Amino acid sequence: MNIATSLLTGVLISSASAYLGTLMLGRRMALVAGPLGHLTLPGIALALMYGFDITLGAFPFVILGIILIWLFEVRTKLPVEALTAFVFATGVAAAFLFLPVEQAEAALVGDVTRVGTFDLVLTAALCAIIFSVVTRNYRKLLLTSISEDLARVQGINSKKHNLIYLAMVAIVVALGVKLVGGLMTAALVAIPACSARNLSRNLLQDRLLAIGFGVGSCTLGILLSQISGHPAGVLIILINAAIFVMTAVFKR
Amino acid sequence: MRRVLEVEDLSVELEGEKILENLSFHVDEGEVLTILGPNGAGKTVLLRTLLGLLPYRGKIRWKKKDLRIGYVPQRLPFIKDFPLTVEEFFHLKEISKREIHEVLSSLRMANPSILDKKVGALSSGQFQRVLVAYALVGSPNVLLFDEPTAGIDLGAEETIYDLLNRLRMKRKITILLVTHDIAVVYQFATHCLCLNKRMLCFGAPREIDGTLLSELYGGKVKIYEHRY
Repeated sequence: MNIATSLLTGVLISSASAYLGTLMLGRRMALVAGPLGHLTLPGIALALMYGFDITLGAFPFVILGIILIWLFEVRTKLPVEALTAFVFATGVAAAFLFLPVEQAEAALVGDVTRVGTFDLVLTAALCAIIFSVVTRNYRKLLLTSISEDLARVQGINSKKHNLIYLAMVAIVVALGVKLVGGLMTAALVAIPACSARNLSRNLLQDRLLAIGFGVGSCTLGILLSQISGHPAGVLIILINAAIFVMTAVFKR
Repeated sequence: MRRVLEVEDLSVELEGEKILENLSFHVDEGEVLTILGPNGAGKTVLLRTLLGLLPYRGKIRWKKKDLRIGYVPQRLPFIKDFPLTVEEFFHLKEISKREIHEVLSSLRMANPSILDKKVGALSSGQFQRVLVAYALVGSPNVLLFDEPTAGIDLGAEETIYDLLNRLRMKRKITILLVTHDIAVVYQFATHCLCLNKRMLCFGAPREIDGTLLSELYGGKVKIYEHRY
């Protein structure tokens, strides 16, 4: 039962991350999931200490991080990437003030074997939101990413769609930390999308391949962790990396 | 002739810098207005303001009742970040396959193999033609065109200007075209607006003389008339 719950939770999270990842890669935003993941560490620490769902702990911190980055950008006009560095480093530092040492590994690289039925239900609901919102708005999100001007000329509210997009990124990060911890969420979003990009001939293939790679590496990673005893999050990322190297070799 | 656009005392200020000052001009149906000026003159800003993308002071009045604007941006640098085929690009506009085919054949590019090509892999001539085709989806009656690459050969020895001329004749489209290429004005425009933050001239191309262009571009300008 436990392994089935873990697998199902993992597959849901990795497919949603890979799907959104194809959009994030195009917007040169793939790395943003990393720092956002790091700054959820205080939330993860709280969740582990008080025994509630990691995603619920992480989510407010992602939102807080996005708002802080935005506020500082408006106030200081410094580049967003520099402000992101400031915010995520602060998050990590704050987490280590009170993160119990024995919980550190679970917080940093994730522990999907701990998930229970409630986690699975919450994950399924959030992934359903991601898939339905992104699919319904895919055309508009894509055009806004390609050119805000062109999107607005076509009557698309680009501000609204940027907000929808950010909300989806926040949810994916909060889910991702459950699977691979606060350190490696960027990989969950970026690597399957990069591997898919190496092979895809069109957008449809791109999305399907990314989801396929995400789900495949997650399933294999969780199963291997059962055998080897290594953390699943670490194995998932390494398998993803291996797939990427192979696709890079076979790229035409 | 029916009036399409009236602009009165238009000023645009972006981040405290005055980009456009007190422009007034108008465009009638079927005209080709070229917006001419050196780099940084505010040409693209003017086009984007007319499209409603930037805040402004003054008046912009689109007079046409069934106004349908097609916009051809200068370039789309981010499009290469996505593995998007030409067909998928057109589908960003909710358009049927039949309509895509119609628009492409009106531009003499109905070869079906182009639909499966990645947009990022097109030559600059093909890409510009695809952008024009994209703008023409939904039968616009006004086309706003931002600085086509000068004299780019679109294949079959047709330049972007021959193409626009053909469209204007066939579809009675009013065209606003941003350029810094003076030759275009003489070959193609019915009207010309010279811009260097302020409006330096507005009228038929033959009224533009060397003195004005010196003022516009700063320095001596000689006009060589090209015949093709």
